[in-house]
Amino acid sequence: MPVQQTVAFEMAKITLSGLAHSYLPSPVKPQDWALKRLDIEWQNGGAYALLGPSGCGKTTLLNVISGLLTPSQGKVLFDDKDVTVLQPDQRHIAQVFQFPVVYDTMTVFDNLAFPLRNRGLPEDQVKTRVHTIAEMIDLTSMLKKRASGLSADGKQKISLGRGLVREDVNAILFDEPLTVIDPHLKFLLRAKLKELHQRFNNTMIYVTHDQTEALTFADQVVVMNMGEIVQIGTPVELFEKPQHTFVGHFIGSPGMNVLPCDIDNGAVMFGGRKLATTNKITGQSGKTEIGIRPEFIKFTKTGIAAKIIKVADAGRFNIVQADCHGTRINLLAMKSESIPSENVKLSFDPKNTRIYVDGWLAGERGLQ
Amino acid sequence: MNKPVNQKAWLFVMPVLVLVAFNAIVPLMTVVNYSVQETFGNNVFLWSGLMWFEELLRSDRFQDAFVRQLYFTFTILAIQIPLGIIIALAMPRKGAWVSVCLVLMALPLLIPWNVVGAMWNIFALPEIGLLGKTLNNMGFDYNYTRQAGAAWATLIVMDVWHWTSLVVLLCYAGLTSIPDAFYQAARIDGASSWAIFRYIQLPKMKRVLTIAVLLRFMDSFNIYTEPLVLTGGGPGNSTTLLSIDLAKKALGEFDLGPAGAMSLIYFLVILLASWIFYTLMMKNEEQ
Repeated sequence: MPVQQTVAFEMAKITLSGLAHSYLPSPVKPQDWALKRLDIEWQNGGAYALLGPSGCGKTTLLNVISGLLTPSQGKVLFDDKDVTVLQPDQRHIAQVFQFPVVYDTMTVFDNLAFPLRNRGLPEDQVKTRVHTIAEMIDLTSMLKKRASGLSADGKQKISLGRGLVREDVNAILFDEPLTVIDPHLKFLLRAKLKELHQRFNNTMIYVTHDQTEALTFADQVVVMNMGEIVQIGTPVELFEKPQHTFVGHFIGSPGMNVLPCDIDNGAVMFGGRKLATTNKITGQSGKTEIGIRPEFIKFTKTGIAAKIIKVADAGRFNIVQADCHGTRINLLAMKSESIPSENVKLSFDPKNTRIYVDGWLAGERGLQ
Repeated sequence: MNKPVNQKAWLFVMPVLVLVAFNAIVPLMTVVNYSVQETFGNNVFLWSGLMWFEELLRSDRFQDAFVRQLYFTFTILAIQIPLGIIIALAMPRKGAWVSVCLVLMALPLLIPWNVVGAMWNIFALPEIGLLGKTLNNMGFDYNYTRQAGAAWATLIVMDVWHWTSLVVLLCYAGLTSIPDAFYQAARIDGASSWAIFRYIQLPKMKRVLTIAVLLRFMDSFNIYTEPLVLTGGGPGNSTTLLSIDLAKKALGEFDLGPAGAMSLIYFLVILLASWIFYTLMMKNEEQ
């Protein structure tokens, strides 16, 4: 058992610098890279969410931070210390996985005590610590039970508990930890994690493909797609000012409308009309699209002519699907609003209409 | 609950009943029949009750064979189970070598039993066999045809060579079914390799190990062909295991009554041991 260094554990800022990873021995094409080159800093004590569709590299990124994977390129720094080649147990990182991992033959207590005992913590401290954590996640009554006898929920609580039990961690990483938990408990556990974050101020990185989960948990959301970070921002920023059409489309329900448009002498043309946008196109060439959220489209007397295809009831409002010269547009209409049946005209709020070139917000490409 | 009664349902069970009757029940009952009767030939049988059973259980010959059998079975289990686990742990989990290892492991299992016996018989011959000759050249006085100890050692090494693969393959199947997340979690938790074995691998292998022990117990308790071809039960009676003794009695000496009684006792011992073992393991599982 390695003797623990008696370093006072202030948690560290985590820096990923020039990082890239491929699972192939000699990657050639861009799609050979599970993680394309990225630089990012995770501030000490932050609550981050890593959001993106399945297979976008979220888990790879998480495993690089925890040390389960050594990246093909680049460095991982904790504060200023290079930990790129250090093993997970030397990095003081806790990680909770998507599917519950419990040590079947041990009791719940021994499961929670396992990471502490492996590090040679005295038994009386183990006891206090385990009881504190068990109290927090409602496992106290089950401490003496065999872990294998618990339900999936209970097992995942044990996994969470093992992630939280150590006091010496730089960061706690969660890899879609609530996938197997039923919705009601999901809500409770998420609130609990948020509460724990406020109480201990640990850096937490939470991987998920569920935007609600990401937006409610995190102060900062990192959106990933195809091995790249497309935007880092607060939930509000992601909603109001998506840097990439992917972010606009992925966040929000329904997502942002991404509509092909033409540029005529610097003016944005859509549906035969000139549109006002918040950002200007600055001489880039490429595929041009306008992005506007369904929330910012209104019915008007004069505007872009469209035909209504479908109206879906979504509770407080209706989701209206309209067709405009072969392009599908979603918009939200409050229940009180009447939906015109013919001669439908739409107006786009100029403050929230943006122009994108090749997917990226025009004029702001290269955010990394 | 009112269940409809329909006796025609028996018709569905009939084929399997007939099958089982002809390949298990009828032959077994024939043995039971012999075991309680005495004959002096000419197809004349006399009722003898439990006489053969009593006589058999009291006889030194049976007791010796039984002890030899126990000794053999426990020795090979004590070697093959740990060895099988160690080899399975050492085998690669992914990559091109996986199939190479699996084929190498499966090879001994594919060789017919009497070929295994013949192979080792020749391999271990002190005058011309590669193993026997080498051992003697190295200065060991090794002759399995004359020394009981050498015969036993050869027999056990042969069985380990032939059957450890089975344990390896079963354990390997158990090991590969452990999701990566368990190893990752253990690394995060700072577990040592011993702790990983003790708390992850061994518990996850428990079911397959139960099967491995059960199969190896039954097979080794029934073993006949290989020791027969290798040593013929000798030198003397030193390697005469239960099945060899039974065959001598039934076929060599044509003592149908005693042989019948011995078959039944033999069968019941295996059945009982397997049942006890299985029940204990399953009980453990439930906790």
